[in-house]
Amino acid sequence: MNRVPLEKKVLSENDRIAGELRERFREHGVLCLNLISSPGAGKTLLLERTLESFAPGTRVAVLTGDIQTDNDARRLARSGFPVRQITTGGACHLDARMIERALTEWRLEDLDLLLIENVGNLVCPASYDLGEAAKIVVLSVAEGEDKPLKYPSIFFKSALLVLNKIDLLPYVPFRIEEARENARRVHPEMEIIEVSCTTGEGLDVWRQWLEARREAARSELREAPVC
Amino acid sequence: MHELGIANSVLEAVQTEAARHPGAVVRKVAVTVGELAGVDPESLAFSFEALTTGTEWQHLILEIQTRPRMHRCPACGLDFRVVDYQFACPECGASKTECTGGDELELAYLEMEEP
Repeated sequence: MNRVPLEKKVLSENDRIAGELRERFREHGVLCLNLISSPGAGKTLLLERTLESFAPGTRVAVLTGDIQTDNDARRLARSGFPVRQITTGGACHLDARMIERALTEWRLEDLDLLLIENVGNLVCPASYDLGEAAKIVVLSVAEGEDKPLKYPSIFFKSALLVLNKIDLLPYVPFRIEEARENARRVHPEMEIIEVSCTTGEGLDVWRQWLEARREAARSELREAPVC
Repeated sequence: MHELGIANSVLEAVQTEAARHPGAVVRKVAVTVGELAGVDPESLAFSFEALTTGTEWQHLILEIQTRPRMHRCPACGLDFRVVDYQFACPECGASKTECTGGDELELAYLEMEEP
């Protein structure tokens, strides 16, 4: 029996496309963020609030993934910014090829922020690199403080945890300190922001985080050598 | 349930490699799955079986090698396995250690009979 070593990633084709996307985003100074949560944690409302807070003419676009319907794209399109729905038709996650295809009608020259709303799912999206600069996991206080321990992969791979729906804290048995501790047990360097998209509390902190990241992406572009 | 997609990627990789060895019969493919990879080994095995049953690949054995989360202590250099999210170095007690493994999702090797 002949043993042939392969030593390559199972998702090497996805990773290849994601690598190309990452390079294109870098070349154009586009900050790409991949938002992941379980269904109903509030990704779409967070994006609506975020888009509302941008001045007209802000160079931002959104790709939103769902298994079926374009409900989210219609909600987000009210902001006036470019939005595209990706319906996966059954797949429980977005992959890099879907992003590549969805981007063909936009010019990256016209953007400096691309927000991707992944399919609602805390498991599968963790495995698929979309070329993003960072993954962001959104967890609502209606869910349970042990989620980081139950779904460690996505909490390990996300740079930021947005704890959403904090206006509900008086009504649900959610121990927010324990949730923070659990997230840091899985990922000690994780940044954590608490928000309520209903009352607006904490959204200024989220916007500051976003602006700091955008500025970092822009300065990386300025410092890049001109060939 | 993205394991079906992953099983399909594994099978495609096997087919690509098999095409480079005309006449060879692939008996086994080994895949490495880290505990942080977000892939359930049982679902992957089930998906792979569902995918290959009734095809020319139905006798292909999928071996899944699981890998634990590993950390390295930058202070004393110790490599250690992380159990129950205990990241502190068990040797010198340093609290900040680096993750060095556990998110693998890789094709390790193929076993084939050459003609």
